[in-house]
Amino acid sequence: MTKITRRDAIRTGATLLAAPAILTYSLRSEAQELALEAEKGATLRVLRPSKFVQGDENLWLANTEKFSKQFGIPVKVESEGWEDLRPKSAVAANVGRGPDIVYGWHDDAHQYPEKLANLSDVATYLDKKYGGFYDVCKKYGMRRGQWISVPLGAAGSKMVYRASWLKEAGHTAFPKDLPGFLKVCQDLKRINKPAGMALGNAVGDANGWCHWIVWAHGGRMVDDKDRVVINSAETIKALDYVRELYQTFVPGTLSWLDPSNNKAFLDGQLSLTNNGISVYYAAKNSTDATVKAMAEDIQHADYPVGPVGKPTELNLIVNAMLFRYSKFPKAAKKYIAFMMEKEQYEPWQEASIGYFSQPLREYEKSKIWTSDPKHTPYRGTLSNMLWSGYGGSPGYASAAVLADFIMVNMVAAAASGAKSSRDAAAEAQKRAERYYKI
Amino acid sequence: MSQGVIDGGLKPPAFPALARALDNRLVLSAIFMFPALSILLVFLTYPLGLGVWMGFTDARVGRPGEFIGLENYVSLFQDSVFLLSVFNTLVYTAIATVLKFGLGLWLALLLNNALPFKAIIRAVVLLPYIVPTVLSAIAFWWIYDPQFSIVSWALKQFGLIDRYIDFLGEPWNARWSVIVANVWRGIPFVAICLLAGLQTISPSLYEAAALDGANAWQRFRHVTVPMLMPILSVVLTFSVLFTFTDFQLIYAITRGGPLNSTHLMATLAFQRAIPGGQMGEGAAIAVAMIPFLVAATLFSYYGLQRRKWQQGESND
Repeated sequence: MTKITRRDAIRTGATLLAAPAILTYSLRSEAQELALEAEKGATLRVLRPSKFVQGDENLWLANTEKFSKQFGIPVKVESEGWEDLRPKSAVAANVGRGPDIVYGWHDDAHQYPEKLANLSDVATYLDKKYGGFYDVCKKYGMRRGQWISVPLGAAGSKMVYRASWLKEAGHTAFPKDLPGFLKVCQDLKRINKPAGMALGNAVGDANGWCHWIVWAHGGRMVDDKDRVVINSAETIKALDYVRELYQTFVPGTLSWLDPSNNKAFLDGQLSLTNNGISVYYAAKNSTDATVKAMAEDIQHADYPVGPVGKPTELNLIVNAMLFRYSKFPKAAKKYIAFMMEKEQYEPWQEASIGYFSQPLREYEKSKIWTSDPKHTPYRGTLSNMLWSGYGGSPGYASAAVLADFIMVNMVAAAASGAKSSRDAAAEAQKRAERYYKI
Repeated sequence: MSQGVIDGGLKPPAFPALARALDNRLVLSAIFMFPALSILLVFLTYPLGLGVWMGFTDARVGRPGEFIGLENYVSLFQDSVFLLSVFNTLVYTAIATVLKFGLGLWLALLLNNALPFKAIIRAVVLLPYIVPTVLSAIAFWWIYDPQFSIVSWALKQFGLIDRYIDFLGEPWNARWSVIVANVWRGIPFVAICLLAGLQTISPSLYEAAALDGANAWQRFRHVTVPMLMPILSVVLTFSVLFTFTDFQLIYAITRGGPLNSTHLMATLAFQRAIPGGQMGEGAAIAVAMIPFLVAATLFSYYGLQRRKWQQGESND
């Protein structure tokens, strides 16, 4: 007869106690494997936006090569200029021929959802494994309960400012609300170190802050039933605010395109603007000693939060789409998932030096966000973001309204006094209604 | 060559029907015209026809649309931005063309004189036209920059202004600025073409006029201008067409801003069709340019070419 010692009893008890945990663990790790057998002889063509920074492209290609080696699937990666990416992917979708995977902009997937493969398995797998997608990703990625694209990340835009000048103007911290923000800009103007944000037809910068300020006040282009509601009391309040804010701006912002604020900032003519991390990097890597010294003084902050009480930023998001015409959908899904796995994603994010913020919460822990405290604000890009076409659904109309600069033109007209806030909002309403046909 | 009846050792043709057909002038001319005609059809008529058709549809980028009749046009004529772009295009074309012709003709007259280093000077004059448009547009973008403009900087150094000129931030400033850029770029084309025209005018005409006691202005008015008219009208037509359909300068300098005050029909058509995805509407805007272009062409052909031989008739 075997003698059961106290120690044995404890051991057995511990095993029994641990059993459910082990069982759950093994089930979970099963869920964490994406069981996809790639088609025999598969080859892939991938189209992505041309690089932000060299590291982005280098690492992307290196990761792709790793994929090819590991699974024996040759992949051809092509990049396309930012403006040509959208028409090119739309044509591919509709001609039924071209790259298997396209990493496209904003609401592209919602313009031809019926041409796209269901990526729910990939997205669910990633969602479970990496702490979940942010809410905005679901808005971009899902349609009628199905994932039609998998967000790769977004190029974040933040408030970029000169800390010492803010101090000189009497502020030690960057404001978190709109009255505070206006006060800071007024004080900066007072010490002759003005702020400035683009109001020309600048795709990234102007769209970014003009949407933010209107949304922050509760204005929005459409409601949840896609009815145009931009001509509202909230919008007019936002435009009245902008009118005051504009008085503090450096002259010329009405004509600013995307590079304008970078140039003025790096030349020391601008104390505060909204931008990606590129200004900081240009300063940090400058060969000019004065510009290099500026890097020390540059700080980043979240856009202040308005009366709606939550962040309302708009950033440039990139989503992976897999076309139905692809002959190797399983291989393609494998690729999309592979590039999002920690072993690939983190080094790539690192190499993109903060230009790309993650769609999955797990990557908030990426070293890139803490290796330099100036990177940290860009970490929250997707958690602070709403979508193009907020509060309705992304699609043709939202894409057209964004491309036609309706929000930007409205804000610019009111800011400069070319139109009263009321008239500017009424005109935007009319222009948007042409796309959201009433 | 005769009818294919052969004697004296020549073989009868292998395909008598073909040989007969080839002897037919109609068939032969059709065959000779076929290559040119097919190029025209494939590369001109088809795209133009497709564009016109798309203007009547709700096509999106890459997705063929459905026929919706005049809906795009009705909608456009209620669209303030489109109407503004028509206005901008007309202003841009009219002012730029007048300036290009005035200055171009003046330059041509100067170049027509006996100058030292004539060939080099003429080559230099062509430079703005040779530089790729986008490059010169980017140069102008810097020249007009609200923070870095060399013009503003220079004027400020001379103490003529105390703050930088907002070249592109105010609607009329912006319109004038892009017009200047267009004129700078367009003058060489006009000047060189007119110079070629000037050189075909026989010196004997000037001698005769001088003998008749005509002064310089009279020689210009009564000899140069009428003799130059045929080439003038052709150059004018081309210049109007180029200016009216301009895209690159605007796109690089202002993207149509500020507040759409420099949006031309071409840039608006692009903005709506490609980044905006509204192919049908973009096509409709492009098609809306056609009546203006046809009118301009007709004007310069029939308005300026008064002599019959210029219109393809004999000069009786």
